[in-house]
Amino acid sequence: MNAFSESVSVALNLIAQADAALWQIVALSLRVSTTACALGAGFGLLLGAWLAVARFPGHAVVVGVLNTLLALPSVVVGLVVYLLLSRSGPLGSWGILFTPTAMVIAQSILVVPLIAALTRQLVTDALREGGDELAAMGAGRLLSALLLLAHARLAVLTVLLTAFGRAVAEVGAVMIVGGNIDGVTRVMTTAIALETSKGDLPLALALGIVLLGVVAVINLAAGLLQRRGQAALPLTAGAAA
Amino acid sequence: MSGLPPHMAPALAGSAAQPAAPLLLALQQAGVQFGAQAALRDITLQIHRGDRIALVGANGSGKTTLLRLLNGLLPPTSGQRLLPAGGRPPITAMLFQRPFLLHFSVRRNLQLALWLAGVPAAERAARVDGALQRVGLQAKAALPARSLSGGQQQRLALARAWAVQPDILFLDEPTASLDPSAKREVEQLIDDFGQAGMALVMSTHNLGQARRLANRMLYLDAGRLLADLPVDDFFHRTDLPPEAAQFLKGELPWT
Amino acid sequence: MDLTTPTRLLRRATLALLAATALAGPALAQGNFIVMASTTSTEQSGLFAHLLPAFKAATGTDVRVVALGTGQALDTGRRGDADIVFVHDQVAEEKFVADGFGLKRLPVMYNDFVLIGPTADPAKVRGKDITAALQKVGTAGAPFVSRGDKSGTHAAELRYWKAAGTDIAAAKPAGYKECGCGMGPALNIAASTGAYVLADRGTWLNFKNRADLAILVEGDTRLFNQYGVMVVNPAKHPHVKVALAQAFADWVVSPAGQASIAGYKIGGEQLFFPNAGR
Repeated sequence: MNAFSESVSVALNLIAQADAALWQIVALSLRVSTTACALGAGFGLLLGAWLAVARFPGHAVVVGVLNTLLALPSVVVGLVVYLLLSRSGPLGSWGILFTPTAMVIAQSILVVPLIAALTRQLVTDALREGGDELAAMGAGRLLSALLLLAHARLAVLTVLLTAFGRAVAEVGAVMIVGGNIDGVTRVMTTAIALETSKGDLPLALALGIVLLGVVAVINLAAGLLQRRGQAALPLTAGAAA
Repeated sequence: MSGLPPHMAPALAGSAAQPAAPLLLALQQAGVQFGAQAALRDITLQIHRGDRIALVGANGSGKTTLLRLLNGLLPPTSGQRLLPAGGRPPITAMLFQRPFLLHFSVRRNLQLALWLAGVPAAERAARVDGALQRVGLQAKAALPARSLSGGQQQRLALARAWAVQPDILFLDEPTASLDPSAKREVEQLIDDFGQAGMALVMSTHNLGQARRLANRMLYLDAGRLLADLPVDDFFHRTDLPPEAAQFLKGELPWT
Repeated sequence: MDLTTPTRLLRRATLALLAATALAGPALAQGNFIVMASTTSTEQSGLFAHLLPAFKAATGTDVRVVALGTGQALDTGRRGDADIVFVHDQVAEEKFVADGFGLKRLPVMYNDFVLIGPTADPAKVRGKDITAALQKVGTAGAPFVSRGDKSGTHAAELRYWKAAGTDIAAAKPAGYKECGCGMGPALNIAASTGAYVLADRGTWLNFKNRADLAILVEGDTRLFNQYGVMVVNPAKHPHVKVALAQAFADWVVSPAGQASIAGYKIGGEQLFFPNAGR
């Protein structure tokens, strides 16, 4: 139990001292993962909405592939993106390997299947409820799907929080495409991996605690937003988003 | 497109609208098949301006399917849905038993409906205000649509319909889930809309309501249109098809 | 936002999204920095945190270190993803230059390896002779952790085993385990299983999870680990920042750079011994 209690005190110390290096790493983690989620949402929400309404031969196959990609290991994504962005690779001329941009790209790829799969289900359920009325009002299938996303925005927020969790917690992709360069591409998870491999386990755990703390604050904020959204309605009306 | 030859008319029909009233929409031997199940068979009917049609029949007789077919939400699997040659296709709106309102304000719901209907931006504000006034919901304009009571939500759905100025308003059991006072309010509004010149096609279980609001009755049984009569004829003729007569006898005591 | 019809909105939104992603692509790789591929053991020794600020003060250039195993670091150089490579495997480095991926190899410094093991030392290896020590480990079948990751340390370890008469590729002694991992994780495993492990002094001095491990064999000249620096060849990769990379190579073998290396100490102990131009 020593390592655990020691790491809690190390964590509290780190936060209290407002260590500049630590907060720089936290800030980078948040920047990379939120940008990746924003980018991923752009594609994922559209893809999920489209899949919920599209009808074409092979639709079931596409959905099957999408669901399989939910289990995509982050290190595999990292490897693929690395090979694409390497100077010896097809997109080498962009010169973005070992930069935060590459990390954003890798994490976006990671979260798109997650967002798309969850959105597809969300939209399918919402269409069951309101698809007829929207069609009667003149909305085409895809437009209905997108309107329902705006309508079910609290559920969409949960999807995005899930994606953010996946992104901010992963280490395989950002390690490979970012290179864990001190001061440039070191994020919380790669810092934890580094301290672990150096044998400084209490510090590694402490960093983990800080990471969870930051994410907890974000979720708290999101939860307050959701409760405000629900509070606008009386208890009896419209309980399910 | 002029009148249909006699052999294409339904089993028992009469004309409720004035002969000169413009034709809005027609079905010609239309059928809808869901897999092996025939939901509608051989439906032939015309809707004219001024029609106030009540669509009755037992549960599962195909009323909802017929409404959706008429409104163009489903294509017919046999036969045709016909629009008058020349002139524009009819503008339609539809009310469902439980209105689906988006998680936005009352006003925003109306604006969205107008946007979807392709109404130019300049006209939208005026139409929204007009519609809210028509149904008496101006005071609630800024509230979340879902915070309204059941009756108010249905009135909002009517406002949504009014705002697009439809030629035909389809209604699928619009008062079935409302309490009596809300039911009266909504019926009154539907009546007003009909008076204002909107053609109405409304399915209902409530024969009293049908008698109050309609000038023409359609009776559906197992997907077939068995009667298409002026409302008085429907309730007083003695030579109704047996299923219709049975239906009347069964429903009347309850209305 | 006045949008005329729903379908037009949809089309515009899709185009905007595609445009945004297309623009995000080609970022500029300019900037006053070079990317250096080096090894995890060097980074974990803390040398760079001491050395690189001195270089920056002298030239204003940032050095971005990507720390990998030696094999991976050289591969990064081959691919052109680094401007300069700084590793410790002379044979591999000379091949790198011979294959045309690097300009001249410059020796920079050496550190040393030490044989780490449980204080109780069941195989009785304590001393100054690495070859004898490994022979005893092999015979006793004592637990031994190898990095097994084609790193410079791993390559050195295999050489010492060969000198002790064991060809690891052919037959592993009982108790020999490969983890395919870096120096720190290997030490972690040794600490928790009471095994012997070959480590570089720098990582060991910084390692905090020692359990009951201690240095058992040190000082054998065969344990000295030579570092070399090579600028990646612009003939193979024209985008390499040759001028800046050469500036680093020249600085690190210059008296200023060499003094900085010698000045790096952990707990008063010097870790790296500059030997450029010898």
